[in-house]
Amino acid sequence: MTDAAATTKPRETASDCERVSTATPSGIEVPEVVTAGMAGGADLEGPGQYPFTRGIFANGYRGRLWTFRQYSGFGSAEETNERYRFLLERGQTGLSVALDLPTQCGYDPDDPMARAEVGKVGVSLSNLAEMEVLFDGIDLGEISTSFTINGTAAIIYAMYLATADKQGVARDKLTGTIQNDILKEYVARGTWIFPVRPSMRLIADSVLYSNDETPRFNPISIAGAHVRDAGVTAAAEIAYTLANGLAYVDELLRRGGDINRFARRLSFFFYVHMDFFEEVCKFRAARRIWAKLLKERYGVTDEKALMFRFGVVCGGSSLTAAQPYNNIVRVGIENMAAVLGGAQSIFTCAYDEAFQIPTEASAEIALRTQQIIAHESGIARTVDPLGGSYYVEWLTDSMEDEIMRIIGEIEDMGGAVRAIEEGRIQQMTAEAACRRKQAQDRGETVVVGVNAFHNPGEDQDFGEVFRLDPALSRTVLEKLEAVKEQRDGKAVAKGLDRLEKAAAKEDENLLPYFVECCHAYATVGEMVATLKGRWGEFEEPIRL
Amino acid sequence: MSLNLKRILIAKPGLDGHDVGAKVIAMALRDAGAEVIYTGLRKAPEAIARIAVEEDVDAVGLSILSGNHKELAIDTIRCLVELGADDMAVFVGGTIPAQDLFDLKQAGVRDVFTAAMTIDDVVAAIDQAIGAPESGQ
Repeated sequence: MTDAAATTKPRETASDCERVSTATPSGIEVPEVVTAGMAGGADLEGPGQYPFTRGIFANGYRGRLWTFRQYSGFGSAEETNERYRFLLERGQTGLSVALDLPTQCGYDPDDPMARAEVGKVGVSLSNLAEMEVLFDGIDLGEISTSFTINGTAAIIYAMYLATADKQGVARDKLTGTIQNDILKEYVARGTWIFPVRPSMRLIADSVLYSNDETPRFNPISIAGAHVRDAGVTAAAEIAYTLANGLAYVDELLRRGGDINRFARRLSFFFYVHMDFFEEVCKFRAARRIWAKLLKERYGVTDEKALMFRFGVVCGGSSLTAAQPYNNIVRVGIENMAAVLGGAQSIFTCAYDEAFQIPTEASAEIALRTQQIIAHESGIARTVDPLGGSYYVEWLTDSMEDEIMRIIGEIEDMGGAVRAIEEGRIQQMTAEAACRRKQAQDRGETVVVGVNAFHNPGEDQDFGEVFRLDPALSRTVLEKLEAVKEQRDGKAVAKGLDRLEKAAAKEDENLLPYFVECCHAYATVGEMVATLKGRWGEFEEPIRL
Repeated sequence: MSLNLKRILIAKPGLDGHDVGAKVIAMALRDAGAEVIYTGLRKAPEAIARIAVEEDVDAVGLSILSGNHKELAIDTIRCLVELGADDMAVFVGGTIPAQDLFDLKQAGVRDVFTAAMTIDDVVAAIDQAIGAPESGQ
């Protein structure tokens, strides 16, 4: 390996930009050529067989294609409902709900902390009336819905159940996902509310409740995407996420959960960035590691509980505001890596997403990209078509080693919960972000249109810009006022009181109380304030 | 290099939780020799202005990626003026469309930085802006 690497030298005429980097972004030094003897995987299991390197299904995408899931939601529930119907008519197969920051952080639209942010980066859902509008005319028994929600995930999940109750849809028919992964919020995305330990309780509550009430629903999607976007490598993305996954497993076991049952409903969520083979191999390695950890450490016997299921986003910080149309090509390449890596659900970013909420035209290109790959390219025809490639098997093994090394580091810190409470993973992430930015600044990492092949004056050319209705926040406030006037104040007070008392008991599952509060039209802000009174708020450890 | 900038507050106004840019710039300024105070997430403009005045910083850097840069920058500057810190230099970094630059500068923002700039350029620009009134030191 080192011999091969040593013989790789740039062509004499090559400028910096023409030189091909010999290491992957995760720092794995790649030989010039990988030969049969170097590659593992000679005795590779088949797809659908433990430890699932080649995929969790024996027939790959032949049985069923991945879910095309576009992320959208902005402004009012009415507007978002309209966009959903638009996307469903055009062949989208799952809905993905983006929520505004006040809803994510537990502030009602009339809270001073919410000012200027209502409906800005997603839809405002402060109470059941808003969610009823959001899904008006959409049968929750027929569609799978994914909510990007964490700090208030248990409440939004309860609101979804209450909406289904009102539509008359049986809970066991509901499919979809709530992100509900609080640990990575402390590291990268920042919508935490409560301290780590009570937050872990809310997650266990929703997972255990969902196992019984909504057996086809994914009550958690353990996400590496945001940490990746913040700056860590692909290997660290997988390692931090699996370490968080193990922390949730431990918490659920502590609460008396049956691992062979709850592990079936754990799912994962990642970014796909541009280094094609490393992205494919990180997914192959992740499937293998997760299955091995659950079987060898926890003695999981249920085959389905060992299966690592994941969704992805193609785009994120790999997209650039400069020369935005280049992003269409990037998303296409990333989309292919996701399919070859065996994703169950794929979201493709619109090319303008690096700087704004996508327009209808850009959102449509993003969906069409998936359809072209699914129906024209033929790459989904056979299972794991890259399996057995010398390079792919070698890189899968190398990624597995690197991921396990990082998981070991976190375990040495006392596990994910402690490392996060102490701010150590936050610090490692910030340092990685600094390194990534410096590598781009120095041109060590080439980003076309940004630090190479740059046309001066082009970078702020945004084309068509989507603008929100400025009257929106006023409309949302008026609707909230009307709900507060019309609802039964006694039922709200009683619901919140029962929630508070239940929160005082360590082992009481809070979900039934949230559902009750939602049915009474109590607001997200009221429920969160009730719990803050008991648990307090997370205090951010600042380590730079 | 010796900096004009001695103390700076890096702040995250509003609810936006994307703190990578803030931390990267904070670390770069610290490595360049400035004293850096980082507020952490979710600070109201009033709180940011109060901390800036209490800590007697030379400048405030606001990191905003939620699209609310105009409202939050204007509010923060208003709060600084109310506390008598009219001359405090305010910088904004984040996802800022070109068409908003004029409004931000009109509102009193000294300079605006996006991810397209190198870290070194951002540090130099902040330092130069701070040193401008009394150059030659």
